[in-house]
Amino acid sequence: MATIQPIAGTTEQHPDVALVERVRGGDVSAYDELVRKYERQIFRISQHITQNREDAEDVVQDAFLKAYEKLDQFQGNSKFYTWLVRIAVNESLMRLRRRRTGKMVSIDEDVATEEGSVPRDLADWAPDPEQNYSRAELNRILRKTIKGLPPGFRVVFELRDVQGLSTEDTAEALGLSVPAVKSRLLRARLQLRERLTRYFRRRKGVEK
Amino acid sequence: MTCTEFLALLDDMIDSTELRADLKDHLKCCEHCEVTLNTTRKTIEIYRSHQIYEMPAGLRERLHAAIMARCKKGC
Repeated sequence: MATIQPIAGTTEQHPDVALVERVRGGDVSAYDELVRKYERQIFRISQHITQNREDAEDVVQDAFLKAYEKLDQFQGNSKFYTWLVRIAVNESLMRLRRRRTGKMVSIDEDVATEEGSVPRDLADWAPDPEQNYSRAELNRILRKTIKGLPPGFRVVFELRDVQGLSTEDTAEALGLSVPAVKSRLLRARLQLRERLTRYFRRRKGVEK
Repeated sequence: MTCTEFLALLDDMIDSTELRADLKDHLKCCEHCEVTLNTTRKTIEIYRSHQIYEMPAGLRERLHAAIMARCKKGC
């Protein structure tokens, strides 16, 4: 009997593939599993791009609904999460354009900034600098600091460094080239580092 | 090795525990690059360990209801 057998030695199937297959077979509870698995990450990406809580909430809903409706178009050659991020990023950019009354906004826009390419403030940080702030204060500082970066930098940093996606998956999700992801990531890291130095620098006479 | 050449390789250094010999040599004599590497690592660690955007309460329920409503239309 002709059955499709996995070829010995091929890479292991991603667990999302089975969930997607179940959804395609009409099992909506499998889609619920995918939603629960990724809703937080998608919310964070949307919030990073839109910088607006209401918009980010709408994006999460629209992205998951759109992914559900378009599931037949999902090709197994990319990861489900990468595909979902791409939908969420496009939805987020659309919302951002609306807020900016139609002004073009793109993750791929060339950001002419030399900031961060060469560190200027080289002060060392205090040991465990986050201990000097309450959790709420620290969250406010971290939000304010990352908000100062261009949207394309924020989302590359979130995907690569916070969520731990590979450079290749980040590039695919954002429709960017691998060198573009690497360049944005380096500048994002250095700019964040420099901006955080204002809060975390070692102060003379404070630490012994 | 210059500081610019060192920084260009920062991406490879962030997650690696064992640095190449020429990078180690540069770090031994360049305090600026040592500070940059350590504080950049710390920047990533701090953002990784803090949820700066918590998902709003109730969003999951609204999302679930919206998907169920869409499903009833035909799935």
